[in-house]
Amino acid sequence: MRLTEQQCRDRAAFRSFVAKEITPHADQWDEIQELPPALVAGLAARGYLGALVPTRYGGTGMDAVTFGLLNEAIGYGCSSTRSLLTVHAMVTHAIARWGNEAQREALLPGLATGDLVGAFALTEPGAGSDAGAVLTNADLVPGGYRLTGTKRWITYGQRADLFVVFARCAGGLTAFVLDRDSDGLDIQPITGMLGTRASMLAELRLRDCTVPGGRLLGRVGFGLAAVAASALDVGRYSVAWGCVGLLAACLDVSLRHADERVQFGRAVREHQLVQRMLANMATSLEAARLLCHHAGCLKDLGDPTTVTATWTAKYFASCAAFRSAADTVQILGATGCGAGHPAQRLLRDAKIMEIIEGSTQLQQTYLAQAAYQAYRL
Amino acid sequence: MGVLRTHTPRNQERSGVVDAIKASTRRFLGGFFRQADLADDTDMFASGFVNSLFAMQLILFVEAEFAIQVEDTDLELDNFRSLDAIARFVTAKRAAADACDAEGQPDAADRTTVS
Repeated sequence: MRLTEQQCRDRAAFRSFVAKEITPHADQWDEIQELPPALVAGLAARGYLGALVPTRYGGTGMDAVTFGLLNEAIGYGCSSTRSLLTVHAMVTHAIARWGNEAQREALLPGLATGDLVGAFALTEPGAGSDAGAVLTNADLVPGGYRLTGTKRWITYGQRADLFVVFARCAGGLTAFVLDRDSDGLDIQPITGMLGTRASMLAELRLRDCTVPGGRLLGRVGFGLAAVAASALDVGRYSVAWGCVGLLAACLDVSLRHADERVQFGRAVREHQLVQRMLANMATSLEAARLLCHHAGCLKDLGDPTTVTATWTAKYFASCAAFRSAADTVQILGATGCGAGHPAQRLLRDAKIMEIIEGSTQLQQTYLAQAAYQAYRL
Repeated sequence: MGVLRTHTPRNQERSGVVDAIKASTRRFLGGFFRQADLADDTDMFASGFVNSLFAMQLILFVEAEFAIQVEDTDLELDNFRSLDAIARFVTAKRAAADACDAEGQPDAADRTTVS
C-alpha cells in the first residue's frame, strides 16, 4: 500500500492518539456502555470530527485515504468510538454534499469543532436493509414539515446534537436536519446490545415533530437516491477501514498470546493448527487493507467505480474481521472469553460489522449483480 | 431556415459536443442496460431497474466525466431521465460554468473528495 509522506505522518499521529487515549479504556467503555465526553472533545481538538468538513467551513478536509487511515487507527482501539466517527462523518458529508449554502454555513463549522455532534437516523423497526420501507412520515405544514414515526438503533443518538432524519414526504423519501431539542422528539437509550456497546444507541420517537422548512436537506424525494446513498457510501467505507483496524487488533492479541502461552511443552505459536489461524489472519489483514486503500484511491479520483469497490472492501473486511475475531478467541481459549478481555469484545464488535452499513447478505446480492454488470451479461 | 441553422459551424460544433456526451454516457450505462434497449430518449427511470446505488454512480460519473458539480438544486429526475436529458443537463451546466468563469466567480464549493 503506497501512501504519501503526509499520509504516513498522519497515520503515525492517529495511532499515537489511539494508543494513549482510546485503546487503554475501550474495555471499560464497553463495560459501562458509554463514551466519555472528554473523548469526543479529544477527537474534535485533533480535527478528527471535521475530517470530511471542507476547510472553508473550518474542517480538516481530509482526502479519502487519510480518512480511511483514521478509521483504521480508531477501529484498532475501539469500534464504538469508530462508530461515533462514522455516523458523524456521514452527517457532515450529507450536509457538505447536499446541503444548501445557508445550511453549510450554519452547521458545518460546529460539526467540525465538535460543538455539534451528528447522528444518522435512517433505520426503523421495520426498515433496516430495506431502507425504502421507511414509514416515518413528513407532512408539509406552514413554516416547515411535521414528522411522525420511530427511528431505532441510532448510533450516538443518546448524545447527538442533531440528526439527519429520513421520512416519507409526498410519496418519496426525503432528508431533514433535526435538532435534538425539537418539540415532539423523545430520545430513549438502547442498552445491552451484543457489540459496539459503548456506541450509545437510541430510539427516536417523533410525534408531530416540527422541522423548519430551511432544514430540508437536498430535494423532496431525493433522500434515498442522493443523500442516503452517498452518506451510506461514506459509512460503508468508514466501517470497512474500521474492520481493518479490528483485524489488526486481533492479529496483535493472537500473536502475543501464541508467543507467550506454553502448551504441551512448547509455545502455542509452534503448533501448526494455530499457525494456520495466524496465517489466515495476517493474510486477511493485508488483503482487507489493500481493498480499502483501492476504494479510497478511487474516491479521491471521483471515480464512480468506488461504489462497488467500497462494497467489496466492506464485505471482505467485515467477514474477515469476524472470522479473525473468532479465531482470536479460539487461540486465547478461556483467557479470551473472560470478562473485560479485549478478545471477547473484538468478537462481539466484529459480529456487528457484518450487519451494519449493508449486511453480508445484502452485499453478496449487490456484488453478484455488479459482477454481471462488469461482464456486461 | 432550420436546415440552414443546423449547418452553421457553431451548431455543428454543439451537435458534436452533445453526441460526445451521449456516447460516453452510453458507454457508462452499458454496464447497467443492454445497449439495444437504450435509445437517446429511453426513460431509464421508467424501466424499473434504477435504484439508489445506480443513481449515485450516475451522479459520480457525470461529475467526473464532464467536470461539473451536481448541486442540490440539480436534483431533478428530468436532468437524468435519458441520454437526451443528461446531454441537455451537462451542456447547460457547462454553459453556466463558462459564464461564471467569464465573470470571475467561483462555480463550485470547496469539497472534500469522499464521494
